[in-house]
Amino acid sequence: MTDNIIIAGFGGQGILFAGKILAYTALVKGKQLSWLPSYGPEMRGGTANCHVIISDEPVASPIITEPNILISMNKPSLEKFENTVVSGGTIIYDKSLIDREVERDDVKVAAVEATGIATAEAKANMANMIMLGALIKATNVFTLDEIRAGVEKAVPPTKKDLVDYNMKLIERGYNL
Amino acid sequence: MSEKVLMKGNEAIGEAAIRSGCRHFFGYPITPQTELSAYMAKKMPKIGGVFLQAESEVAAINMVYGAAGAGARVMTSSSSPGISLKAEGISYIAGADLPCVIVDIVRGGPGLGGIQPAQSDYFQATKGGGHGDYHLIVFAPNSVQEIVSLTADAFNKADEYRVPVMILGDGTLGQMMEPVDFDSVPEAINTDKDWATVGTGLKREHNIINSLYLSPEELEKTIIERQNRYNIIMENEQRYEAHDIEDADIIVTAYGTTSRVVESAVKTVRAEGLKVGVIRPITLWPFPTKIFKEAAKTAKAFLSVEMSMGQMVEDVKLAVEGQAPVHFFGRTGGVIPTPQEVADEIRKIAGGLK
Repeated sequence: MTDNIIIAGFGGQGILFAGKILAYTALVKGKQLSWLPSYGPEMRGGTANCHVIISDEPVASPIITEPNILISMNKPSLEKFENTVVSGGTIIYDKSLIDREVERDDVKVAAVEATGIATAEAKANMANMIMLGALIKATNVFTLDEIRAGVEKAVPPTKKDLVDYNMKLIERGYNL
Repeated sequence: MSEKVLMKGNEAIGEAAIRSGCRHFFGYPITPQTELSAYMAKKMPKIGGVFLQAESEVAAINMVYGAAGAGARVMTSSSSPGISLKAEGISYIAGADLPCVIVDIVRGGPGLGGIQPAQSDYFQATKGGGHGDYHLIVFAPNSVQEIVSLTADAFNKADEYRVPVMILGDGTLGQMMEPVDFDSVPEAINTDKDWATVGTGLKREHNIINSLYLSPEELEKTIIERQNRYNIIMENEQRYEAHDIEDADIIVTAYGTTSRVVESAVKTVRAEGLKVGVIRPITLWPFPTKIFKEAAKTAKAFLSVEMSMGQMVEDVKLAVEGQAPVHFFGRTGGVIPTPQEVADEIRKIAGGLK
C-alpha cells in the first residue's frame, strides 16, 4: 500500500508544514516515507508544494508524477495538478479560495470551506489543518489518533501548547 | 536501536560529519545546500567546533586547506557554481596530499544555471574540475540514510589515503526528508597525522605542506607516488549496489536521486516481463568498472540514465569495453526524468533486442 500525496497552494499557507505532519505521522506509525518540498524562489504568495510518499515498502522515486491524493489550496495548483491524479484518487480542495469545481468525474472530491472556517474560528493560515482533517475523513491514510502523534512530533518542543490548537482545527475539518 | 528522526539530506550530512569528528566547517551559502551550512552554524559553537562563513567560496576552500594541513577533520560544502570557484583550492589540497571532505549538492548549469537538481557536474567531480593529475574519491548517496554512512566513510577514506573526498548529491537529495538513524555510523578511524603542521615542539624537523615543485623530476615523483595510491583506491574502493543482473537482458544504471527514479521504472517493466537489472554506482570515482565488466559478459544492452546530457555514460562505455551497446537517456537543466519516460526508454531498447 502506497499513498502518493501532493499538497499544493500559496507560500504562507503552511503547505510544507501540513506535509511534515503527515511525514511525522507516518514515521510514528513505522511506515516508509519521503517528504520532498518544492524549493526555489518561494515566498509568501508564490506557489509552494510538497510531495509526501507513505508506503509499506521502501520509497523508490521521491518525486510524485501521479498522486492518488491531491490537497489543493489555491486555483493555480488545482489547474496544475488536477489531471495528474490517478483515476479513483481523491482531490480535496479549499472551496473558499477556488471558485471552480473539479472537472474530473473519475475521482473522489471533497470541497472544503477551509480558509473561511479557519478565518472565522482561528486564523486564515490555519486552513492547512482544516484540510488535514478533511483528508483524514475522505481517505483512510491515517486515523485522528494517529495524526495527533504526528502533530506532537512536528510541533517544536518549545511550542507544545500549539498541539491542541492544531488538533482542534484538524478535528474541525474532520467533522465537517 | 535509537528512534528514527526525520531529517533533510543537507542536515543529515552535517550531523553525520559532527559525529565523525568534524569540528571545522568553512562555507558560503548557495541554494540548494544552504541547510547544511545553517546546521553547522547552529551546532558547531555548542560543541566547541568552528563554523565560519567565509567571504567567498575561494576563501572557504583555502580555510579548508589550512585546517586540513593542521590535521583537522574539516568540511566545506557548496553547489555547482560554488564548486567551480573552489576548484583551484581543491587542486592545491590534492597536490598537497591533504584529507578533507567537500560536499557538492548539484544544481543545473552551466553558468549560474538554475537551482533545481541536476547531475551535470559528474565530469567536474570525477575528472578534475581543477588542474593537474589528481582525483577525488567521489561518493554518490541516494537516500538520507546512506548520506549518513557515506559522510562518515568520506572522512575515514580521506584520512586513510590522504586525499580530498567529495560527496556528490543533488538538490532533491539535499532538500528531501526521510527517516534516519545514526546507529550504524561507521566509527572514525584514527590515523597518525605525523605530517600535520602542528608545531615541532623543537623535537623534530618542520613539516611542510606544499604543492609547488619547480623541479620537473621532483614534481613527477610526487605525482607518481600519488598515482600509486590512486591505483590502490581504484582496486579496493569501488562500490556499487546491484540487483537482478545475472539474467538481465538490459542493465540500467544511474546514481543518486536518478537511481530511485530508475527503481520505479524498472519495477514497472519487470512486472511486464522484461529482464532488466540495475547497477547503481555508489563511488563515481573510482568508477565500479569491475561489476560492469562482469555484467557485460551476459547483458545485451546497457542504459545510463542521468540528469545531464550524458556524462557517466562515458565511464559505462569504458567499463563495458564494447561488449554491449550502451544507451543513454537524460533530462537536464533541473528537470528530473519521470519513471514513465525511463520505462518507455527501456521498452524501446527491449524492442530493438528482439
